[in-house]
Amino acid sequence: MATQSSRFAARLMVAPSVTVLFIWMIIPLAMAIYYSFRLYRLISPDRTGWVGFRNYSWFVNSPEFWLAISNTLLLVGGVLIITIVLGTLIALLIDQPVWGQGPLRILVISPFFVMPPVAASIWENLFMHPQNGMLASLALGLGMKPILFMENYPMASVIFIVSWEWLPFATLILLTALQSLSSEQLEAAEMDGASAFSRFRYIILPHMTRAITVVILIQTIFLLGIFGEIFTTTQGGPGSASTTLPYMIFKQAIAAKDIGRAAAGGIIAVILANIVAYFLMRGIGRNLDA
Amino acid sequence: MGKIELTKVRKSFGDVHVIPSIDLTINDGEFVVFVGPSGCGKSTLLRLIAGLEDTTSGTIEIDGKDATALPPAKRGLAMVFQSYALYPHMTVRKNIAFPLKMAGMDQAEQDKRVERAAKVLNLASYLDRRPGQLSGGQRQRVAIGRAIVREPAAFLFDEPLSNLDAALRVGMRQEISELHQSLKTTMIYVTHDQVEAMTMADKIVVLHAGRIEQVGAPLELYNNPRNKFVAGFIGSPKMNFIEGAEAAKHKAHTIGVRPEHITVGDGPWEGVVGLSEHLGSDSFLKVAVEGIGTLTVRAPGEVGAHHGDRIRLAPAGKIHRFDESGNAL
Ligand SMILES: Nc1ncnc2c1ncn2[C@@H]1O[C@H](COP(=O)(O)OP(=O)(O)OP(=O)(O)O)[C@@H](O)[C@H]1O
Ligand SMILES: [Mg+2]
Repeated sequence: MATQSSRFAARLMVAPSVTVLFIWMIIPLAMAIYYSFRLYRLISPDRTGWVGFRNYSWFVNSPEFWLAISNTLLLVGGVLIITIVLGTLIALLIDQPVWGQGPLRILVISPFFVMPPVAASIWENLFMHPQNGMLASLALGLGMKPILFMENYPMASVIFIVSWEWLPFATLILLTALQSLSSEQLEAAEMDGASAFSRFRYIILPHMTRAITVVILIQTIFLLGIFGEIFTTTQGGPGSASTTLPYMIFKQAIAAKDIGRAAAGGIIAVILANIVAYFLMRGIGRNLDA
Repeated sequence: MGKIELTKVRKSFGDVHVIPSIDLTINDGEFVVFVGPSGCGKSTLLRLIAGLEDTTSGTIEIDGKDATALPPAKRGLAMVFQSYALYPHMTVRKNIAFPLKMAGMDQAEQDKRVERAAKVLNLASYLDRRPGQLSGGQRQRVAIGRAIVREPAAFLFDEPLSNLDAALRVGMRQEISELHQSLKTTMIYVTHDQVEAMTMADKIVVLHAGRIEQVGAPLELYNNPRNKFVAGFIGSPKMNFIEGAEAAKHKAHTIGVRPEHITVGDGPWEGVVGLSEHLGSDSFLKVAVEGIGTLTVRAPGEVGAHHGDRIRLAPAGKIHRFDESGNAL
């Protein structure tokens, strides 16, 4: 892509798909903006009209709103930290030549193939359930009281389940980054007297920053919209303790059947996503430059 | 101090016995070159000395102390890799200072040593660049810089110049030789370029299939090769080997005559010139001689023999004699 004509040709080639993608994005967005300023309740579809910013002000002033925002950010941040730290450690581990490496790697990656609601149900009912769960019987066996995960630690439980689902993705990306590190660099560092920790700190980690950035960006996009895991487990409760922004929008749209308020919530979510994206790109975006 | 002594060192990768058994002494301050064809175990031997591979059996002593089980960092050796193995995310300064930082040296001393190395290696104006912004020769110098700041007991080089173009190679070769003159530190240098071996070495170790064929000073190997392998490997173009009746005249199974030890003009051998390469200073001729085979001849540049010419040749110089198993007589 060096010359002007090749750059022009490249733009011409991508123009159709960019156009389609733009339309794909702009129509739902425009509709959401339109409805967010309208009174539109499915219970009383005949009452319509412009309401100005009233849908927004209701949403923002709702007692759940700030909790939902902080829960959303907590979920994204918590899962990112857990998946990246554990993902790095697991990648380091399965990069070692061990017996049964192939099957081991497939096992590590397999949670990714389990659909989110299924994964959430399994964790809720088979592991964390206070009567039937494995953790409960483990606690009983040790003479302790079973922990009421979904009641007492709803956000932590959701974060844990989502982390379990996304850990393979992070591990996989970080593992490929690790494998692309030349062994001579590590050997050189070893000869230079670097301990295992120093080698990790000064050679491996800098080598992986780009992969870590990619994991952060991709996961953030998906984690901001997490819904199924909450729906199948805590349903946003107890009370609103585990309600996130997407879940709050869902409650308006489906439970309260208020399309106007849900649309306003959707636009707020878009703004939140953009704020997050802005800070992410400012903070770590330059890692993507070669 | 850097005396290195290998005793009965063996190395196998699974069933592959890469190094059957090697005994070798490298004296303090010596410039030793390992040469041999590709795959003969040069790198493996170097990595054994460095500690990057474990020996299968045998002992490695450094300065009289058993280092066989020591990790690389504890051996006090520095290595320059063929691919340089610089740290791409660090500046040149940080690359060179890395071993010092790992040794916990204070910042002022680090800076002093880095500056000194940069001056020796002409890197002073590049210190704040990253390896990706340097040319191949500059990267090589950074790798050498990273090795010398530690003041190691010995340097290990694994084909350090093979990624450089011919002109740069000659320059770097001289720089490394000069470095050895001024530091007087033991250096072990792996190459398959025999010009590098001949010009740089105090002592050449010729390896073949993991065995040492001969150890000696460059001219010693050139003048008195112990066997056919060494005779053929040292010297360029390759020595001519003649078998049969001609060899029997010298009471040997095979005789060897170097291309530079054959004169064109009058002589007992007559043949037709095949390929001729005129380099200006020399002309390399391939001459098909009846009853002997094809001989390579190194003639002075002014000899104007061309394809198809009939010329007469005479051996002038040492004739090397070998028995049936290839050992020198
Ligand atoms: N990790 C390994 N596992 C199995 N075999 C190996 C391993 N490393 C090297 N070998 C074998 O050992 C032999 C010697 O390899 P080595 O790298 O020492 O050769 P070399 O003399 O350095 O060759 P070159 O001049 O091409 O670099 C080769 O036949 C190679 O295939
Ligand atoms: Mg090699």
